Amino acid sequence: MLSIKDLYVSIEGMEILKGINLEVKPGEIHAIMGPNGSGKSTLASVLAGKEEYEVTSGEVLFEGENLLEKAPEERAKEGLFLSFQYPVEIPGVPMVNFLKSAVNEHRKYKGEKELTAGEFLKLMREKMDMVDMHPNLTNRSVNEGFSGGEKKKNEIFQMALLEPKLAILDETDSGLDIDALKTVANGVNALRSPERSAIVVTHYQRLLDYIVPDYVHILYKGKIVKTAGKELALELEEKGYDWIKTENAN
Amino acid sequence: MEDQDKILSEVTQREYKYGFVTDIETDIIEKGLNEDVIRLISAKKEEPEFMLNFRLEAYRKWLKMKMPNWAYLKVPPIDFQAISYYAAPKKKAQYESLDEVDPELLETFNKLGIPLEEQKHLAGVAVDAVIDSVSVKTTFKETLAEKGIIFCSFSEAVKEHPELVKKYLGQAVPVADNYFAALNSAVFSDGSFCYIPKGVRCPMELSTYFRINAANTGQFERTLIVADDDSYVSYLEGCTAPMRDENQLHAAVVEIIALDRAEVKYSTVQNWYPGDKNGKGGIYNFVTKRGVCRGVSSKISWTQVETGSAITWKYPSCILMGDNSVGEFNSVAVTNNHQQADTGSKMIHIGKNTKSTIVSKGISAGKSDNSYRGLVKILPGAKNSRNFSQCDSLLLNDTCGAHTFPYIEVGNKSSVVEHEATTSKIGEDQIFYCNQRGIDTETAIGMIVNGYAKEVLNKLPMEFAVEAQKLLQISLEGSVG
Repeated sequence: MLSIKDLYVSIEGMEILKGINLEVKPGEIHAIMGPNGSGKSTLASVLAGKEEYEVTSGEVLFEGENLLEKAPEERAKEGLFLSFQYPVEIPGVPMVNFLKSAVNEHRKYKGEKELTAGEFLKLMREKMDMVDMHPNLTNRSVNEGFSGGEKKKNEIFQMALLEPKLAILDETDSGLDIDALKTVANGVNALRSPERSAIVVTHYQRLLDYIVPDYVHILYKGKIVKTAGKELALELEEKGYDWIKTENAN
Repeated sequence: MEDQDKILSEVTQREYKYGFVTDIETDIIEKGLNEDVIRLISAKKEEPEFMLNFRLEAYRKWLKMKMPNWAYLKVPPIDFQAISYYAAPKKKAQYESLDEVDPELLETFNKLGIPLEEQKHLAGVAVDAVIDSVSVKTTFKETLAEKGIIFCSFSEAVKEHPELVKKYLGQAVPVADNYFAALNSAVFSDGSFCYIPKGVRCPMELSTYFRINAANTGQFERTLIVADDDSYVSYLEGCTAPMRDENQLHAAVVEIIALDRAEVKYSTVQNWYPGDKNGKGGIYNFVTKRGVCRGVSSKISWTQVETGSAITWKYPSCILMGDNSVGEFNSVAVTNNHQQADTGSKMIHIGKNTKSTIVSKGISAGKSDNSYRGLVKILPGAKNSRNFSQCDSLLLNDTCGAHTFPYIEVGNKSSVVEHEATTSKIGEDQIFYCNQRGIDTETAIGMIVNGYAKEVLNKLPMEFAVEAQKLLQISLEGSVG
């Protein structure tokens, strides 16, 4: 599904990612962990197509096609979803309009009929239950006045609506209490299928109790320095990142 | 970056959507302005003497006036002698059915997306279509006549209802109010007249479409709306103009008189040709719009969405004379490329317990300059009056400008004036967020800008709001880079 080969990325002349290799197959969940500043969010942003990052070398194939030459909205419509670490507020734009546009853009891209307002509202209600979204939230403007937890739930709600092939969760667990964390995890798990994959970027092992990964990668100083099964997360929790830092001190 | 550049160039090279010229035989008088020209205009229109005197007085005062230069605008010199002050479609425009109307004229409407055929049947909208200064078609007149409502071209009003015209013309905007109003008063060719009798609630939105068509023809429209005691009317004005190379001057005057407990809502969507991406061409729009809340508890509200014109100079205002009267101004002004806008409002509080609200949303893109200029004046006798002003500016890039010039004069201690202002830049993060959900950049900008302007757009009548939303999006396409 996703194949990252020897990816180097800079921002304003500073090299952040220094040769990332990652292979995500359909149905797999990969966790990417690592200390602050190791490049986790950069990787998520580059995959989604954020402009200020410059790919200096390497390639990324998504479903066999060159991902990096596609515009962000095209990547989205191809089935790549990013759950933002800090979802932005868009004042005056009702959630309902925003989501309907998003869903219908996806449908148009796939050659499906656009949903009518009625059809969309039905779909929306269904997905809202899934992530325990308060109905009031969809009457508001996009993320405006949402609490931190509501914003994160809103990301998962949008993911549920768009049903991506590959979901990238960028620290979706940060700032969540344990109940919200479970809700978010339930949302992600509900979407699990043999065709769908996810990359879960997180600092903490906590989220991985609920979203069980197939692989855990440790990103440090722009490189994946360790890859193993889910037990790696536990080991990391126990030993802390100093262990990695010492191992990679040279 | 590359993508945005591509979008930018595609959009900026796109031709103005409404740029076309209709080849209709036109009756144009010689270029230039003097008393003979004014007499000729008046004679061509078979006007009574009071009209000629009104024009001549205005002209004589205009001669002694100077073009205002206080606005934050760079206005190239205008040669008033190089303009023809009268153009009218030659064929007499009194038709029984649309079949008799010049097919080319109908085609013009169709290109503009205003199918008159449909509009005739469209419930709730009466259309007084103005092409090049003379009214061509008035519909729904009978329905309105049943209620005693007069809605007709200005020339017709001068002929049919001279007493009303004489009584109210120049009451809100005196002949020598300002340079452009004086010019308009001297040479105006036509426009709309509307009178709502006592106690009548106008059952439909009244609307006028203005066009500028004949080359090198100044457009001087005159609108007069009188709402008698306890009446109500909502009036819509929408504009688009064919593309031109030369700059065209437009100096309209709109006057509104609201008597006791009357309410007038005046909404405008203005989309005249703004000039090309290099700032060549475009309409110069110098408009005087003023309403007088003459009666107690009367209300006048102006709502405008301004996306067009190379230069906009426009301050729809309210004079709150009657006690407890209310004035409102809601505006969205968009400037792109080399457009310049200096627009805002004046609220003059004279009566007691008068209230006014100003909401101005400026959106600047390209290399444009967008200024809000407003005056809130509370006279000593206007006890317990209130004003609230909110002026927001949204910048779409680093090359455009937004400016705010608020003037506040409060003449007594029992009144309260509040002013809020914000300036923000459109967020790349907001656009990226939309992109990541599958929404392309142009649609995203449209959404964000419409969200920003929502408070004002919500004040527009339904059918206008939709058009206005599209306009905002079209005028800003590709403007973030």
